Amino acid sequence: MLRLPPFEYYTPQNITEAVSLKARFGEDAMYSAGGTDLYPNMKRKQCTPNTLIGLNELKELSLINIDDDGISLGSGISLNEVANHPEIQKLYPALSKAASLVSAPQLRNMGTIGGNLCLDTRCTYYNQTYPWRKALGFCLKKDGDICWVARSSPVCLAISSSDCAPVAVALNAEFHLTGENGQRITAAEEFYLNDGISFLNKTHDELLVSIRIPSHEGWLMGYKKLRRRDSIDFPVLSVATALHLDKAGVCKNARIVLGAVASCPQRALQAETLLKGEKPNAELIETSAIAAAKLAKPMDNTDMTLGYRKKMAANFVKEAINEALGQ
Amino acid sequence: MKQLLTLKINDEKHEFWVSIHKTLLEVLREDLHLTGTKHGCELGECGACTVLINGEPILSCLILPIEVQGKEIMTIEGLAHSEKHGTDCKPHPLQTAFAQQGASQCGYCSPGMLMTAKALLDKYSNPDRERIREAISGNICRCTGYAKIIEAVEQAAKSNTKLPQHT
Amino acid sequence: MSKNSKFDWIGKSWTQVGGLAKAKGETVYADDLFLPRMLYAKMLGSPHAHALIKNIDVSRALEMPGVIAAITGKDLPIPYGILPVTQDETALCVDKVRMVGDPVAAVAAIDEETAEAALEEIEVEYEPLPSIISIEDALAEEKVQIHQYAAQGNVHKKVSLEFGDTESGFSKADHIRQELFYYEGSTHLPLEQHAAVAQMGANNRLTLWSSTQTPHYVHRTLSKVLEMPASQIRVIATPVGGGFGGKTDPFQHEIVACKLAMLTGRPVKLTLTREEVFYTHRGRHPVLMWVKAGIKSDGLITALHFRNFLDGGAYGSYGVASTFYTGALQTVTYPIGNYKFEAMRVFTNKAPCGPKRGHGTPQPRFAMEVLLDKFAEDLGVDPAELRLRHLVPGNSRTVNHLTVTTNGLGECIRKAAQVSEFNKKRRKSPQGKGVGLACSAYLSGAGLPIYWNKMPHSGVQIKIDRGGGVTVFCGSVDIGQGSDSILAGIVAEELGIHIQNIIIVTADTDLTPVDLGSYSSRVTLMTGNAAIAAVKPLREQILSAASDVLKIEVEDLTIKNEKILLKNGSRELAAFVEAVQWAESKFGTLGSVGSYTPPRHGGDYKGAGVGPSPNYSYSACVAEVNCDSESGYYSVEKIWIAHDIGQAINEKLVIGQVEGSVYMGLGEAMMEEQVYRPGKSDIGGLHKNPSMLDYKSPTSLDMPEIETILVETNDPEGPYGAKEAGQGPLLPVMPAIANAIYNAVGVRVDEVPITPDKIYKGLQNIKSEKKQKNWLPGRIGPTTFPNVEFPEPIHVDPPC
Repeated sequence: MLRLPPFEYYTPQNITEAVSLKARFGEDAMYSAGGTDLYPNMKRKQCTPNTLIGLNELKELSLINIDDDGISLGSGISLNEVANHPEIQKLYPALSKAASLVSAPQLRNMGTIGGNLCLDTRCTYYNQTYPWRKALGFCLKKDGDICWVARSSPVCLAISSSDCAPVAVALNAEFHLTGENGQRITAAEEFYLNDGISFLNKTHDELLVSIRIPSHEGWLMGYKKLRRRDSIDFPVLSVATALHLDKAGVCKNARIVLGAVASCPQRALQAETLLKGEKPNAELIETSAIAAAKLAKPMDNTDMTLGYRKKMAANFVKEAINEALGQ
Repeated sequence: MKQLLTLKINDEKHEFWVSIHKTLLEVLREDLHLTGTKHGCELGECGACTVLINGEPILSCLILPIEVQGKEIMTIEGLAHSEKHGTDCKPHPLQTAFAQQGASQCGYCSPGMLMTAKALLDKYSNPDRERIREAISGNICRCTGYAKIIEAVEQAAKSNTKLPQHT
Repeated sequence: MSKNSKFDWIGKSWTQVGGLAKAKGETVYADDLFLPRMLYAKMLGSPHAHALIKNIDVSRALEMPGVIAAITGKDLPIPYGILPVTQDETALCVDKVRMVGDPVAAVAAIDEETAEAALEEIEVEYEPLPSIISIEDALAEEKVQIHQYAAQGNVHKKVSLEFGDTESGFSKADHIRQELFYYEGSTHLPLEQHAAVAQMGANNRLTLWSSTQTPHYVHRTLSKVLEMPASQIRVIATPVGGGFGGKTDPFQHEIVACKLAMLTGRPVKLTLTREEVFYTHRGRHPVLMWVKAGIKSDGLITALHFRNFLDGGAYGSYGVASTFYTGALQTVTYPIGNYKFEAMRVFTNKAPCGPKRGHGTPQPRFAMEVLLDKFAEDLGVDPAELRLRHLVPGNSRTVNHLTVTTNGLGECIRKAAQVSEFNKKRRKSPQGKGVGLACSAYLSGAGLPIYWNKMPHSGVQIKIDRGGGVTVFCGSVDIGQGSDSILAGIVAEELGIHIQNIIIVTADTDLTPVDLGSYSSRVTLMTGNAAIAAVKPLREQILSAASDVLKIEVEDLTIKNEKILLKNGSRELAAFVEAVQWAESKFGTLGSVGSYTPPRHGGDYKGAGVGPSPNYSYSACVAEVNCDSESGYYSVEKIWIAHDIGQAINEKLVIGQVEGSVYMGLGEAMMEEQVYRPGKSDIGGLHKNPSMLDYKSPTSLDMPEIETILVETNDPEGPYGAKEAGQGPLLPVMPAIANAIYNAVGVRVDEVPITPDKIYKGLQNIKSEKKQKNWLPGRIGPTTFPNVEFPEPIHVDPPC
């Protein structure tokens, strides 16, 4: 049986206590919410924190607040709750869809929206057991000094594999963080970095407390996910779209984000520009999709061939736009 | 680090000292010898270790006992006793249906599959096939192709509607 | 089924024996055993694909608190292997490792955590050797040998056989095709990880509980490797949580657990991790195939030349048999006038391949069924019609001397085609939708045992208690296929009693007569026949005693519903239990034995031992797919499968076996791959996806609806006419899907798995201006075949 390495476990009762514990124990401590990403990684010794700070008692993390300006989601809300919440389904269908496609039902009962947004980057050379990685000679992301995906690469190329992160970026979400030095708000887009090791723009003590998504009244949105099986699997390519059309059908605003093709979600600015001010017809959608797909530079470190993932990017952007348009 | 924990499992209180880093799966099997709960990967990838926490199916390989203190834990051993219909040793309608339909071949996925199905039927008394497929999509079965499992859940749903608490 | 109304149990659907215990979580699997003072063992695997072991030092591990024992290959040096000709494994590597994960040392400790930590303290000095990862590498590399006993270089086994005159067969053909196919390796992925518990008793008897499909072979191996008389060893096969052929060899962890139990005097448990299960493997061989076939304009196959390379992995396992199986059953599926079969199995530094559901036959079946689809198109004939024109007749012998007793393939094809509306859908399906058809045949048990002997293949012993309880003892193992139910159903049928009054005791070498194990789809036929042989005399004794007491002729009496009845009336004359007591009074203790040995038919050429079986099952499958013609992404919408079962013993369990076979075939067709990183050094030989997340087993959302049709041929060799059901129905699934994809989008994928990226490539290729050299547009598959000389074939004349 694969087992967890030993650790001490703390159960803080509020955010202040949690953050101060984290500050006290430093980088050897980790926050633990649903555990669905952290515990497998610990069992494979990808990380071996001395201390875990359990977040389950923090009631603030499970609040949902909906008003005219948008929605606030506590980071501790389970993925199934996000997927099945009638208001979220109505107001942010791409988000509920992305959440509903994470892994499998049991895991969505445990895993949290915050956990999915902070999901560790993944790589076939990294998400392996300790004996496997030892046989490999370890890698840049953990215990080694070489990136096996591209041996000359100075940075780790592990992939952002969160379903919800591209949607959060597409919906212009704000992340509310609390750290030793107080509270901070950051745009989702700013939160992610294209580096497989330092993929989150936050200090170790900062805790993602809530996610604020502005009102998207009048917006249309979509989410498409590529994977081999219809359950359990992470995305190997994903696309989130959000379009704002006026009454005449002219695109006032567009946000298109690719997931699982880099170490962070990739915003397709060129495609967005192409769509803005135009009525999206088949030809324009095709052109925009091709423009967006240029961003997809997948590496050979997840399931399916990188060539296919690259080729499918345009298809998926097109389908995600069409899904938003209800086509 | 060992800690004294109290867990409520199948309506019984268990008090024991346990290393904090042992998962619920390990504690159930190794400390309490509730070996009905199985393991197939210990990484949350197969569903074999599914148990119910407050009625929701979760993976016992990815949760710590300390995280489920004060909650209702139900394992396969408690399923037969979970509904007040007749004598205590009478199987749950799902168990009867699994046996009758041949939904268990090797039987190794059955405990996890049954707990998942139990949670489904508690929520939807008469789920359609799509809902059943979706509900069990985190439980890998290598023997049956899921066909007989889906039929068994349907049979149990039908027989369940005859029970007093559902009428 | 009205025609079976003469039976009380046979052909009906009753609840699987042990089914409720499984649903209640009461079934005790090997890892569920906890014995007092039990230790936990772990094995240290090699980090190298190929290396010499220069030194192993376990002293630091032994010093750790909680570590009780540590052993290395020196403690278990005696080689073993499932086949007598390939005794090439040791429980722990002695001087060389041949794959990543090959165990070199083991420890026993007070808990698993301590044992695992101790592995880190074992120091092993290796001298890496170049690793051989592909068929091509293995054929090219002559100097560096994985095994010195190989036929040549790294070629483990060469086979070259010719039945009839292939050249003259080709000269009579109207159409000839030459094709290349590739079949990727896949693994069984039983949900239960292999586990074993060993205990040395005070009387110096060793007991092993293990999740094994073949306790008898494990028993023999333990005796050899541990140098103990078999009479002092007891092997108990615990209920197997998924086998599919993956628990059919004797394994390292079983021997290591025994050795550590003997050294420590304490029970020892050794359960593999999921990753170790991938290394233990013994799964589907990757096979590269070249086929040349000639047919007449009416579809008759005049000649077949089939040549292939099997990627065997690091050890022999069942590989020699697998190699022969890639050739043997071609002639059973369809009549073939002249047949040349050449094969080579190579060693590579990867997990050893062996018998996975369908053992050696899905790969050639895939090639042949896709090839026939191409021929049907050449001839402008409906693919179902083409196959129906030439069927192997009943009571006939094939060109390679296999005896076919009954053949229900014609009815299978007709029924599968009819219920699926195959012809209509094939001609008129819209772009993206398609149907494909494929067929198969499979054996109901190997005609010969693994090791040469003249003893029975299956034995059954029955005792009847005065209280009316009937206990059936048999060495067979229920791996979920329902073998316990077969035993109970047959005994209940013959004794006229309820299944609930039958106690089944199986798979315990101390208690049960030998059955060779749950492999090669042998159990229903062989234990079934042995059970009939065992129960008949008891029935006679009971009726004879009843006849004496009741003063009624034996011929006029029968047993039904636990009662002694007049045959032509329903008047109850006595209760079963009463008659049992009369019989015990008359004959003494009621007990009997029965055994079964398959008929010795088959040829007498070298290699003729693989292929013969008492009878053969047949299957025909239609798959319907929906394929996106832009992305190549597809779903299988429905599978119809008709299976010649001879006679179902338990109809529901048969359908369960068929559905399970379809599932596993579908996984192989669509997504499953046991693959490794290439390269001679560096990271070559590392398993790419040794987890349940990365190795893709279909989920409930990936499974189509399956419609099963059972065809009954009432075979004279099977119990009540039965044939196998657990393996044959897997074989036609992959080619049916391949043929359906072609029907849907015009892309020929001549390899499995058939993944969307391959279909996409084919779609692009059709659109492209550039033509593929030598291949039709939209054809995806291997394009080169190693140019290696095969030995002069053994020529075998067809039977007269």
